Amino acid sequence: MTVAVKARPAARSGSRFPAVWLPLVGAATAVALWWLVTVAFDIRPFFLPAPPDVVTSFLKNPGYMLRESWVTTYESLLGFGIATVCGLAVAVMLAAVRAIERATMPLFVALNSVPKVALAPLLVVWLGFGPKPKIVMVVLICFFPIVVATMAGLSSTPVELSELGRSLSASWWQMFVKVRMRWALPQVFVGLKVAISLAVVGAIVAEISNPGQGLGSVIVLSGSSADTPLAFASITLLALISVVLFYAIVGLERLLLPWAREITG
Amino acid sequence: MIELVGVSQTFRARGHAVEALRDITLEVSEGQFVAVIGRSGCGKSTLLRLMAGLLSPTAGRVLIAGKPVTGPRRDVAMMFQRPALLPWRSALDNVLLPVEMFGLSRATHRRRAEELLDTVGLTGFHKRLPHQLSGGMQQRVALCRALIQQPRVMLMDEPFSALDALSREELSGELQRIHKELSATTVFVTHSIQEAVLLADRVVVLSEHPGQVRRILDITVPQPRSLGFNAHLADVSHLIAELHGLLLNRPD
Repeated sequence: MTVAVKARPAARSGSRFPAVWLPLVGAATAVALWWLVTVAFDIRPFFLPAPPDVVTSFLKNPGYMLRESWVTTYESLLGFGIATVCGLAVAVMLAAVRAIERATMPLFVALNSVPKVALAPLLVVWLGFGPKPKIVMVVLICFFPIVVATMAGLSSTPVELSELGRSLSASWWQMFVKVRMRWALPQVFVGLKVAISLAVVGAIVAEISNPGQGLGSVIVLSGSSADTPLAFASITLLALISVVLFYAIVGLERLLLPWAREITG
Repeated sequence: MIELVGVSQTFRARGHAVEALRDITLEVSEGQFVAVIGRSGCGKSTLLRLMAGLLSPTAGRVLIAGKPVTGPRRDVAMMFQRPALLPWRSALDNVLLPVEMFGLSRATHRRRAEELLDTVGLTGFHKRLPHQLSGGMQQRVALCRALIQQPRVMLMDEPFSALDALSREELSGELQRIHKELSATTVFVTHSIQEAVLLADRVVVLSEHPGQVRRILDITVPQPRSLGFNAHLADVSHLIAELHGLLLNRPD
């Protein structure tokens, strides 16, 4: 009896500890394996640099690397922000007026199937060489997942809540603001999580096709000077940016919608 | 209070018609508690939705307080099989939802909402979100949400059917008490014979395909009733047996 009572809290704290550290252990193992491979097969840094080569490359000019990282982060975040505002507005409009939905939905589907990457050269023609075409690329790539997820959320109101609203003679607007919108939020966050991952991809693609500033430009530069460790350093920073932005959205969701995880299980 | 005169309801689904209710005539007087019982698919929920003004009958008339029902009314409250609480609102805010929908002031109704939650035993749970409450507690919150409308008519669509047997009996007891205090005219749809016998002044038995009134039973056993040992155990058992016979033996 005493054994069972004592064992419980220990097991619980034991299971919480790995939940935080296991991902880090996984990442460390992967880096160790990578290192092992470069040493074991004596691979030259030009083909596959070892982790220390990448760190050295970053430390050669950390200020420069961080500045370029910030440019990419800024483009991603600004584009993501604009896409979120526009995407939510458009989804609400589409959900509100059936006729608009009917009229524009096929067009949206068609536009969405265009690979946005193909637009990169055109954006240069239209918007020049500054950060603008990069931000627009991010907006284009983030917009559709947000619209689609929000629309799905707005049409997922459970029957019993609609019936409750009708029995209370709630107006369309009251139902929309007090029930449908709130109910859609967990789905909206699904769209936001897809979009934030795509945002960094969009920024990089635009920078590579039209180098100037940002980590994409650094990667292009590293290619022309055969500096593979520099490319790897840029890619590592990119991965870090993506992970941080993604978990920032996850954190925001947990903060704003503590009920969502409970009802979706 | 509630009058149905020759009410029929036929639904059209993909070309062919489904007759849900045929020629229902029923009168519920003020303050009465009527249980409507029948097998699933007998149209008992449809009957309730006609009284709630969520459906309009194919034929016949539905009247509440002498006026034809044309749509949902503020003095008619509905309770559903599922609690239908908004998951992001606390128990208290869920109770206040009708107040907001009616465009009334939350501040003036807050006290009453708190009192209602206290009377159903949810003291200390006002700020909890629905997922932090048990199924029985959620349904109690839904009951308070219906009561804050100060309804003259309560329409309840199998409100306890998703609960475990014990919570169900507990809530039945609570409902008896609340009905006695507030004496709102109540129509309670159920497929539980015991629930009907415990709660109702009258039990309407519906036959199925299409739903028709098969029998109306008056229950004169004094309140409060229970399934436990007491002076009226024999009467309660007798009624249960009678309803059992009506529901399980087909007329033909």
